[in-house]
Formats: sequence, C-alpha cells, structure tokens
Amino acid sequence: MNIYISSLFEGFWLNIKLFVLTLAMAIPLGLVITFGSMAKFRPLKWLVRTFVWIIRGTPLMLQLFVVLYAPGLLFGVPMKSRMTAAIVAFVVNYAAYFSEIYRGGIESIPKGQYEAGAVLGMTRSQVFFKVILLQVIKRIVPPMSNEIITLTKDTALARVIGIAEIIMCAERFTKQGLIWPLFSTGLFFLAFNGVLTIVLGWIERRLDYFKV
Amino acid sequence: MPILEVRNISKRFGDTEVIRDISFSLEKGETLSIIGSSGSGKTTLLRCLNFLETPDNGTITVNGEVIFDASDPASRSEKGIREKRLHFGMVFQSFNLFPQYTALQNVTLAGLLLAKERPDYRARKNEIREEIINNAKAILDSVGLSSKLDHYPHQLSGGQQQRVAIARALALKPDILCFDEPTSALDPELTGEVLRVIRELAERETTMIIVTHEMSFARQVSDNVMFMDDGVIVEYGPPEQVIGNPREERTKRFLERYFENGNS
Repeated sequence: MNIYISSLFEGFWLNIKLFVLTLAMAIPLGLVITFGSMAKFRPLKWLVRTFVWIIRGTPLMLQLFVVLYAPGLLFGVPMKSRMTAAIVAFVVNYAAYFSEIYRGGIESIPKGQYEAGAVLGMTRSQVFFKVILLQVIKRIVPPMSNEIITLTKDTALARVIGIAEIIMCAERFTKQGLIWPLFSTGLFFLAFNGVLTIVLGWIERRLDYFKV
Repeated sequence: MPILEVRNISKRFGDTEVIRDISFSLEKGETLSIIGSSGSGKTTLLRCLNFLETPDNGTITVNGEVIFDASDPASRSEKGIREKRLHFGMVFQSFNLFPQYTALQNVTLAGLLLAKERPDYRARKNEIREEIINNAKAILDSVGLSSKLDHYPHQLSGGQQQRVAIARALALKPDILCFDEPTSALDPELTGEVLRVIRELAERETTMIIVTHEMSFARQVSDNVMFMDDGVIVEYGPPEQVIGNPREERTKRFLERYFENGNS
C-alpha cells in the first residue's frame, strides 16, 4: 500500500513542478505577447496575433508532441529532455492565453484614466505603473484564477510525451488489476486546487478596497 | 499681455474639420465660458489646449512663450509637451479620478511624482512631501471635503468626486484651469455644489475656461462667453451680449432651442 501512495506522490511532484515553472514563466511572457499584439507597428501586431491564434487554436496535446519532436526532425537538434519539452509547450500555450486576458484587462481601462494622468504631467510609464496596472490586475484576477486552476489539471497531459506524472503513475497499477490508485489521483488535484482557491480568493479580497 | 493667446488653431479627424481657424485670447484672472451644441468643437478646442489632441495648424502662447506651434515639429516631442501642459489644468466631464487612491492620494499623486525631478528632492525629501500633502489638504478643505480625505472615489457622490477632481487639478497650480462640461455627468441635485466651487474660484480670480451647458451659470460667472458652432467661433463677448442679447442669428437660434427645452 505504501509503495502505491509514495509513487503517486512522486508523480504529483512532477505535476506541481510543471505547474510552478509554467506559471513563473508564462505570466511575464504573456505580458510581452500582449505588448506585441497591441503594437502600433502592424506587421508585428499581426504576426503576434497569428501566433496566438495558432497556439489557442490547436490542442495542447499536439503542441507537446510538436515541441518534443520538431527540433530534432526539422533542425537536427533533438530535445534534450522530455521535461524541458513539456515546460516549453506549457509556457508558450499558457502565455498565449494569459496575453489575451491581459489585453482584455488593459483595453477595458477607460481612456480617461490615461488622459487624467497625462494632463497631470505624468510620463507614460508613470501612468502605466502608478495608475493603470493595479486596475488591470484587479480586473484580471478572476479570469486568471480560472486559467490557473485549469493549468493544474492540464499538467496531467504531459504523460503523452512520457512524463511520469501522477495519472501515468497510477495507470501502471491498473495493469496489476488495481483501479483505486487511479481514482484517488482526483483527491490530489482536489486538495491542491482547494489551497489554490483559497490563495486566489485572498488576492481578490485584498483588491476589494476599490472599485473599477 | 494676455496670459493665453490662441492663434488659428485647426483640427481635423479624417475628413472632418472639427475646429477651424480658432483665435482668441484670455487675460489673467478672466473666466471664459464656451457654449454651443454638441459637436460644435468646444471640447476638441479644450483638448487641444491640454495637448490631448495635437492641432493641425496654429500656435498657442502662454505668458508670451509659444508653447505650441504646429509648423515646428519640436513642439510635439513628449518631454516638451509634458512640461508645457502643466500650464493648463483639466477637469473632465466624467471626473476620471484614480479609483485605487483615496481623495487625498488622488490630489497628491502627480505632485509627489513631479517633486522627484526637483534637484533638491533627495536633500529635502520629507519636507517637500509634507508641503505637498499639506497643500493638498488645504485645497480639499477649500472645496469642502476635509472630512473625506481618506475616502475612495467609489465611496463619494458624483459631486464630491468632481470636487476632488477640481482639487487635483488645482494642486499643480496651473495658469489656466479648463473644465469640460463639469456638471454634465451629475444628477441635477448635485450640480449646485460643483458650480458653487467654480464660482468661488472665479471670485478668487482664477483664470478659467469652462465648456458648459449651464447658461445661467455661464452668464453669472463669466467675463466673456464664446459661442461655437460647426467648428468656428460665431460670437464672442461679455455674457450680457452673447447670452443676454446675441447679435448673431445662429446664437439666437441656439439659445431659443436651449430655453425652449425647459432649461433656465
């Protein structure tokens, strides 16, 4: 019995690792993509928007395969590790989704906020960081929470390129005729998302002191 | 010498010329009201003065210094504009307070940021900050909001929000304070408190340009009234003339329509 449980924990550790690394990189990368998709320079804007369309328009599962195999097939430089491939695919995929949430948030701030800052002699960057940013954060916390919770479950997809995450670990036991380890993986996700929900709710409440 | 001289300002959006060849001047301490129907270009004119729009032609001179010349590309650089627009203060129709800051923080924010550019800021940091905060408190007190310093905009009524916005503009001591229909977004019972503040400013010889639909108010506080229609100045003069006894046909028709609609 112990060996099953420790195997599941080992697998879930990979899910958490993938989750944390994806968030840490996709959150800033998403902002870079947002600036690209809002660029005044049209060719850049359309290039970035096409990229976002492709990433959001194709299955993440397929993207995992492409990131794992394409470098070797196209350029003769095979991916060194499966985990790296998984992280790259997840970061790019989630950054594309985040970028659209950021863009929606930034575009929802009324023009009057920028104008009020400008007529008070503030620089563009002062207006963005002192006036706009916190309002954007407040607006995007609920949709971001949704994506972040989806990400925890999407990490299970990494098994299609051979990452021994929790569901892959549990599946091995079904071949020995044991089905309950597979079912119990749900509890890991539930517990993790329970904690996440509390943390995200706390952030949302911290921003309750003003209205936008 | 007039404090403000506007010469031949024009602005087009696409094919539409929104204002055409506007020229006027303003003396220190003068209150000028701009009236006219929506779409007449009065708001665009105000936005040009505040560099929220860039005029296609013309010059703007403040205290004898040309701060904008459409034929000189240098007067469009961002750094130059930032300093020059501080000659003007702007109060918007929709207040545009910063929602995440309290009334007091709304008034001090820009001043505290600008202070960082002063050469003596590092040496006298606390003193300078205290000065700015005390000045902001005094201004909020003068608009009757000394008890609302720590309130966030959503905790204030529209009239109170607009008074904070006026205080915010005053805090930077602009030469000319501009109002863009300051009471249009307010419920009728809240316009009085805002108009009272503007009237007090007029009595204290604040130089102001007010775009407004409040005719009787304009008549009472203004030294001069400008009637705009279709992007041009149709009539300009003291309020007794422009509102009381207009000479131009277009002004007469505008005022007739205005008073027929039950306004007073």
